[in-house]
Amino acid sequence: MKPFNFTKATDQTNAVKSLQKDGTFIAGGTNLVDLMKEGISNPSQLVDISRLPLSTIQSNKSGGVSIGALAKNTDVANHPLIRKNYPLLSQAILAGASAQIRNMATVGGNMNQRTRCAYFYDVAMPCNKREPNSGCGAMEGLNKNHAILGWSENCVATNPSDMSVALAALDAKVNILGTNGKIRTINFTDYHRLPENDATKDNNLKSGELVISIELPKLNLSEKHHYLKIRERTSYAFAIISVAVVWEWKGPSMMNPRIALGGVAHKPWRCFEAEKFLSGGLIATEENFKKAADIALKDAKPLKENAYKITLAKRAIVRALMNASGK
Amino acid sequence: MDENTFPNDDLLDKSRRDFLKKVSTVGVATAAFTFFDGSEVLAEVPEYVNNVPADAMSIKLNINGAVKELQIDSRTTLLDALRERLDLTGSKKGCDHGQCGACTVIVDGRRILSCLTLAAMCDDKKITTIEGLATGETLHPMQQAFLDYDALQCGYCTPGQICSAVALMQEAKNGEASFVTENLPVKAASMKLSDDEIRERMSGNICRCGAYSNIVAAIKEVSSKQ
Repeated sequence: MKPFNFTKATDQTNAVKSLQKDGTFIAGGTNLVDLMKEGISNPSQLVDISRLPLSTIQSNKSGGVSIGALAKNTDVANHPLIRKNYPLLSQAILAGASAQIRNMATVGGNMNQRTRCAYFYDVAMPCNKREPNSGCGAMEGLNKNHAILGWSENCVATNPSDMSVALAALDAKVNILGTNGKIRTINFTDYHRLPENDATKDNNLKSGELVISIELPKLNLSEKHHYLKIRERTSYAFAIISVAVVWEWKGPSMMNPRIALGGVAHKPWRCFEAEKFLSGGLIATEENFKKAADIALKDAKPLKENAYKITLAKRAIVRALMNASGK
Repeated sequence: MDENTFPNDDLLDKSRRDFLKKVSTVGVATAAFTFFDGSEVLAEVPEYVNNVPADAMSIKLNINGAVKELQIDSRTTLLDALRERLDLTGSKKGCDHGQCGACTVIVDGRRILSCLTLAAMCDDKKITTIEGLATGETLHPMQQAFLDYDALQCGYCTPGQICSAVALMQEAKNGEASFVTENLPVKAASMKLSDDEIRERMSGNICRCGAYSNIVAAIKEVSSKQ
């Protein structure tokens, strides 16, 4: 690990002001400390924000719930407001990592965790995300776990978060504190980005900005939801494919259906076209779910080793929708 | 041809082997490394842990009820501080990457991974390690249950397993859910722990000897008496 200057932030304004060019914030540290041990992240300064008062989970003015960026994953998953009104989010968080890691990891950190692509993690390998213009080792290499949607020649890595897939499906918003002391709000689905020709940036956070909270919109209580995670072992493993589905329930037809996929792209992947198909007053049947799944994956492009993921993602979408509808 | 003609072959093989391990274990929850595969020794102790610079930072750690003051390099993890600086070698360094759980300790009542925690961030926090569980000569009920149920073989993962299981008892009492908990919207006052619940909740502690069935039995025994 390279030496760094360690400081403790006393308030959020001071935190963003004190951050230097090559510095970074640290809270849970579950991903960052590991990346620093491996020499993948080499910040010259760590600003410890873990003691800032940004961990509150409470009802917000619009009838939804506000979650402080420093709330621990465990606390979000178990908060009565989340378990009662947004069990999809609890499910997704509890599907990720281990109890120890969820006790340490924060919401903001979870959103900002880096890919687990093995080429990114091995400093001896080429990786455009770690080292711009060094090439992508995974493109022609071992890529069974890599992206099938939205990838570019620059990068085929996937975003590893479970929580973010649920937040994308729930139409969450992100409050971000800028270095000018002002807060801007963006849709969660616009927070992460596709690699395009610059894989170094995982999200649209500007230099020095700090995520301070997540807003969940008010939900109709009669919603159906399910988080399905497909992985190589049943616990403590990243998703090969995951699916978050949620819709409002009025009689047999689906209102405002939302589908988000994990493990398929550089960002949590919302299936807007498939949602549009299902929202046309359609009845929740397996046949309609299959059609929606075909639409969701119609633009998927496999790499050498991961064509199986397209079939798997389609079936996972159908199964998640069936489970949510209680069939 | 002399096998020593290509002295770099070994290096290349090692590099390729290391990389393949990362690929094959990319599904593991934090980084992408295996551990204990026989090709490498345990993770090393960084030189800066014991060779503390003149401008080192000063921290106070409250460990097992005693406050310890330490001068540390800011890079020092809690695990290295415990083992190398405070002679509390019960917490084990397995993978040093947050994948095996051997370094699990309890901080402010919650189980965490000391290998991914910077000691500098633990200032004034209450830390309990395996050394702090017994009361005098009387073992903690979880320690006793691990003995009674033969819940170990080599014992290397055991301190982490026990710290994890002790914290788990409190999580269950608090009604905290796991991935296998049914009916999430209704929060139970206290969770009953089935074998499936115990297995899911202990999945962050790997046992390479495979003592899992006895670990589950030991935890179930303690849980049933709560």
